[in-house]
Amino acid sequence: MSEISQAQPDYNYKVVRQFTIMTIVWGIIGMGLGVFIAAQLFAPALNFDTPWLTFSRLRPLHTNAVIFAFGGCALFATSYYIVQRTCQVRLFSDKLAAFTFWGWQAVIVLAVVTLPFGLTSTKEYAELEWPIDILIALVWIAYIINFFGTLVIRKVSHIYVANWFLGAFMLTVAVLHIGNSMAIPVSFTKSYSLYAGAVDAMMQWWYGHNAVGFFLTAGFLGMMYYFVPKQAGRPVYSYRLSIIHFWALISLYIWAGPHHLHYTALPDWTQSLGMVMSVILFVPSWGGMINGIMTLSGAWHKLRTDPVLRFLIVSLSFYGMSTFEGPMMAIKTVNALSHYTDWTIGHVHSGALGWVAMVSIGSVYHLIPVLFGQRAMYSTTLVNVHFWLATIGVVLYIVAMWISGVLQGLMWRAVNADGTLTYSFVESLEASKPFYVVRFIGGVFVVVGMLVMAYNTWKTIRAPKGSIAAEPAAQAA
Amino acid sequence: MNMDQGIVGSIFTVVVFISFIGIVWWAFSSRNKQRFDEAANLPFADEAKEENIKDKQES
Repeated sequence: MSEISQAQPDYNYKVVRQFTIMTIVWGIIGMGLGVFIAAQLFAPALNFDTPWLTFSRLRPLHTNAVIFAFGGCALFATSYYIVQRTCQVRLFSDKLAAFTFWGWQAVIVLAVVTLPFGLTSTKEYAELEWPIDILIALVWIAYIINFFGTLVIRKVSHIYVANWFLGAFMLTVAVLHIGNSMAIPVSFTKSYSLYAGAVDAMMQWWYGHNAVGFFLTAGFLGMMYYFVPKQAGRPVYSYRLSIIHFWALISLYIWAGPHHLHYTALPDWTQSLGMVMSVILFVPSWGGMINGIMTLSGAWHKLRTDPVLRFLIVSLSFYGMSTFEGPMMAIKTVNALSHYTDWTIGHVHSGALGWVAMVSIGSVYHLIPVLFGQRAMYSTTLVNVHFWLATIGVVLYIVAMWISGVLQGLMWRAVNADGTLTYSFVESLEASKPFYVVRFIGGVFVVVGMLVMAYNTWKTIRAPKGSIAAEPAAQAA
Repeated sequence: MNMDQGIVGSIFTVVVFISFIGIVWWAFSSRNKQRFDEAANLPFADEAKEENIKDKQES
C-alpha cells in the first residue's frame, strides 16, 4: 500500500515533507509545554517566580503551539498532499507553498517570543497581537489561493470530498480570523478589540467555537476522509453520506458559539439558540464518525496488524465520544454544573488528544514512508508502542479531569441551609490536587509517545531509500 | 422591528430546510450514483496510474 514517491515526479512533496516534520517538532514542544504547566497546577513553585514562566503566560503558548503549530502544520502537510494526489496535479504555485511554510513558522516563532513576554490581546485562542494577526491573514490567503488554484487546474473531473472539508476549513478560518481580530492598534505591541462588551464576547466565541468546528474538526475530517480509506485500502463506506455530512456540519457549526456564554450578559435567546444548534450538531458529527469507522466493515482484521490504521480508527472513537459529550455539555442545565470546571478541560483534551492528535499522528505515519521513499516506517513495533502510550495517556487525562470537574461543580454549587457556601474555593482546589497529578502522568505518556515517534521518523528518514521492507506487524501485540 | 426579524428568521429557516432536503435528494438520486462512485475511488486513482507505469504487481 505504500507508494514510492519518485513514481510521481510532478507532485510538490517538498512542502509536504517540511510541514510533516514540523508537525512532529511542534507536537513535542506544544505537548511538552502542556505537561509543564500541568505540573505547575499541583507544584506552583515550578514557575520559579519568573513572570514569563507563569501559568498565565505559558498556557496561551501551549494552546497556540498545539492548535496552530502542531495541528496547523499537520493540516498544511495533509491538505497539500491530498489536494495534489486527488487532483492528480502539482500544486498551483511552489512559491506560494514555500511562503506559507516559512510564513507559518515565522508566526509560530513570533508567538513563542511574544506570549511569554505578556504581549497578548487576551482573546482566547486569538491572543497574538495585531502585527502577527496581519501576517497570519497574509499566509492564510496565500494558502487559500494555492489550494483552490490547485483545485482549478485539476486533471480529474470530480473534487474528492476531503477537499470539500479542507476548502471549507480554509475559507471559514479566514473569515473567523479576520473578523475576530479586528482591533485598533495603540502601539506596535498593543491593540484594543473593535468590539465592546457582550458583542465582543459573542464575536470571540463565534470565532472560538468555529476554530474548534472548522480548524479542529472540518480540516481534520478532510484528513480522515483521505487517510482512513487509503490506509484501509478501500473507498469510504458511503460517499453519499459524506456529502450530507459535509453540508450539515458546515451549516450547523457556525451557530454553536453561544454555548460558551451560558448564564452571562449574552441575551437569553442567543444562549438558547446556541444550545439547540449544539445539540443538533450531534447528528452530522456521528454521521461522519460512523462513515469513517464503517469504512473498515469487512476488513476489521486489518486493525489487528496495522497500528497506523488503529490510530485513525481510535481517533474516530474519541471524535464520537467528544461529539456526544459536547452537545450534552451545551445543554444549559448540564453547563451550570460543568462550566468553568476541569470537565471542560477534559472534554477539550478528549477532542484534542484523542481525535485531532491521533488522526494527525496516524496520517503522519502514513505519510512519512511515502514522502521519504520507503515502504513502511522503520519500526512498526514502535508505532504500536506509540499507539498504546497515546491511548493510555489520553484516558488517564480525561478520566482525571472528569472526576475533578464534577467534584468542583458539585462543591461550588453546594449551599448550607442558611444559603452560605458549603465549601471555600481552596477546599475544591485541594480536592482536585490528586487528579492534577494523574493528569500530569497522562500528559507524560502522550509526550513520551511523541518522542518515540520522532525517533522512529528519524530512523526512517536516515535509512537508505527503499531499504525498509513492508512487513506485517505480527510481533506487535 | 421584532416582527421583521421574526419573518426574516422564519424565511431563512424554511430556505435552509428546503436546501437540506434538496441536498439529500441530490446525494441519493440514482442519477448521481455513477459519479459519486467514481469520486469515492479518487484516493486510489493515481495509484492505479502509477502501477501501470511501473508495472507493479500489487493487486
